[in-house]
Amino acid sequence: MNAIKRFAGILWIILGPVAIFYLIKTAAEEIAKKPVIDTKIQWIVFVVIFIPIAIGLMIFGWYALKNEYHHLPESSKDVED
Amino acid sequence: MKPTSIRSVILASSVGTLIEWYDFYIFGSLATVIAGQFFPNTNPTAALLSTLATFAAGFIVRPFGALVFGRLGDLIGRKYTFMLTLIIMGGSTFAIGLIPSYESIGVFAPIIILLLRLFQGLALGGEYGGAATYVAEHAPADRRGYFTSWIQTTATLGLFLSLGIILITRHSLDSDLSTSISKFNDWGWRIPFLVSIVLVGVSIYIRLKMKESPLFAKLKNEGKTSVNPLKESFAHKGNLKMVLLALFGATMGQGVVWYTGQFYAQSFIENVCKIDFEQSRTILIWAILFATPFFVVFGKWSDKVGRKWIMLTGMFLAIVTYRPLFDQLFSISDTTNKKELITRKEINTKLIPISNTGNTLRTVTSTRHYQEGIRLIEVKSDTLYAEPGKVSLNPDIKTSKLLNDEDYRMMIIIVFVMILYVTMVYGPIAAFLVELFPTKIRYTSMSLPYHIGNGVFGGLTPFIATLLTTIYTGDKLVGLYYPIVIAAVCLVIGILYVSNKIDPNVND
Repeated sequence: MNAIKRFAGILWIILGPVAIFYLIKTAAEEIAKKPVIDTKIQWIVFVVIFIPIAIGLMIFGWYALKNEYHHLPESSKDVED
Repeated sequence: MKPTSIRSVILASSVGTLIEWYDFYIFGSLATVIAGQFFPNTNPTAALLSTLATFAAGFIVRPFGALVFGRLGDLIGRKYTFMLTLIIMGGSTFAIGLIPSYESIGVFAPIIILLLRLFQGLALGGEYGGAATYVAEHAPADRRGYFTSWIQTTATLGLFLSLGIILITRHSLDSDLSTSISKFNDWGWRIPFLVSIVLVGVSIYIRLKMKESPLFAKLKNEGKTSVNPLKESFAHKGNLKMVLLALFGATMGQGVVWYTGQFYAQSFIENVCKIDFEQSRTILIWAILFATPFFVVFGKWSDKVGRKWIMLTGMFLAIVTYRPLFDQLFSISDTTNKKELITRKEINTKLIPISNTGNTLRTVTSTRHYQEGIRLIEVKSDTLYAEPGKVSLNPDIKTSKLLNDEDYRMMIIIVFVMILYVTMVYGPIAAFLVELFPTKIRYTSMSLPYHIGNGVFGGLTPFIATLLTTIYTGDKLVGLYYPIVIAAVCLVIGILYVSNKIDPNVND
């Protein structure tokens, strides 16, 4: 199970940039297709809010790869390091 | 703690949170009416502000509200912070009901509405974490899921209340229904906003009587509260990894299941299935009414079997059944394979002269009856010009369908099943989140993943799903791939990394 958790970490790390690429590509295509203010705002909002989340997913993957989720905290002291 | 005291704690927290959800939803439910009053299409600035009001408040501001009020709640206490969010939400909602229309004060109207909507988003971002934390910190370990599940009912009941008050108001302004609807669209829409102040007043009164959370009060007395909750929550690896786990292993999937079951389902029934305005809303109202008790059922059950598998089962069922369920909704309403009773077709034409122009407004209402009892109503409006040879190029055509009783009940059952999934993923989640984080930074730490999961992943579901249907036009159900993929990723992460252990001690 631990090996799967670590291996899946690589998947989450890769998923982040893939999601960012697909998001920006779709945003550019959709704005080019219909360059009105509504479309621009919608896609800019999508890109601005999903990029930090995708980065968060990469950090999550990194922690998984580094075995940080092998043992979850038992008490609050464990999360304060 | 005495049973009466814990009941007061749950009541004070739940009523306030319910009112906040009600306040937040009435804006969304009345978006079309509000757009007509404040955001006319003819003015590009107003149209821009309209888009901002829709997107900014729901998706960007909510996580900021979680940070601002979460920090405050961990610094000064839960009670005063969620009192503040209630006052901001109630005040903003009441004020929206008072703002003069665009016709009266021009572009100031949409600017003020946008600001008030942003305040609403901020307040909502701060409310939930406070209420859930407050209840959980009063609850015994073996009943934490049960007690916090009452908080979980409030989002759905807030939607129920908003739909109910809107429908009642829409019907009550005149004995003639069409006149009543016309009055509602003109000024009656303000009533649900103004009513909010009474509800908020009652809630503030109840909350004022409550004491601070005992766990937070203890920390404060001992001088052990956090000095910088944001830094401790997100800059310390030990806590950040749990914030990320909460988001990607629970709230992300919960958010999309929540919004698909309650919002995208309604939008699909109204806009894709073309079911009549009132039937589409009452279908949701009945489904909510029958499903809401299950929040408490699953919350209570999670105290016995753990939170993880109940939430993940809800996600799994949503992933595998969304397409067949939505397909069934579409089939029920699809008239292409149904037999029309040609002899019963009705056509009514109304001609109304347009003053001082010589032109006439023509409205043709045609009603088709089908053997299965469904009725298809098409209302076509155009202008007959006095000038010879001039014709309307783009007549306005509105289509709606009225279901027979059996199909109506079937749709209620389908939506009920989808909301049942919502109760599975949402009922235990407050207890789950509370147990992940330490008392001194709990409000901040649990609020952010909750509002990114709900506000961003969940809140964007209707938009992204609808957007997908405009990009990939061949499949009416293509929009469901967004919630299905997000829930599937969350399910895998949840299975692999989330623990099913119930934290016996949240006092640390």
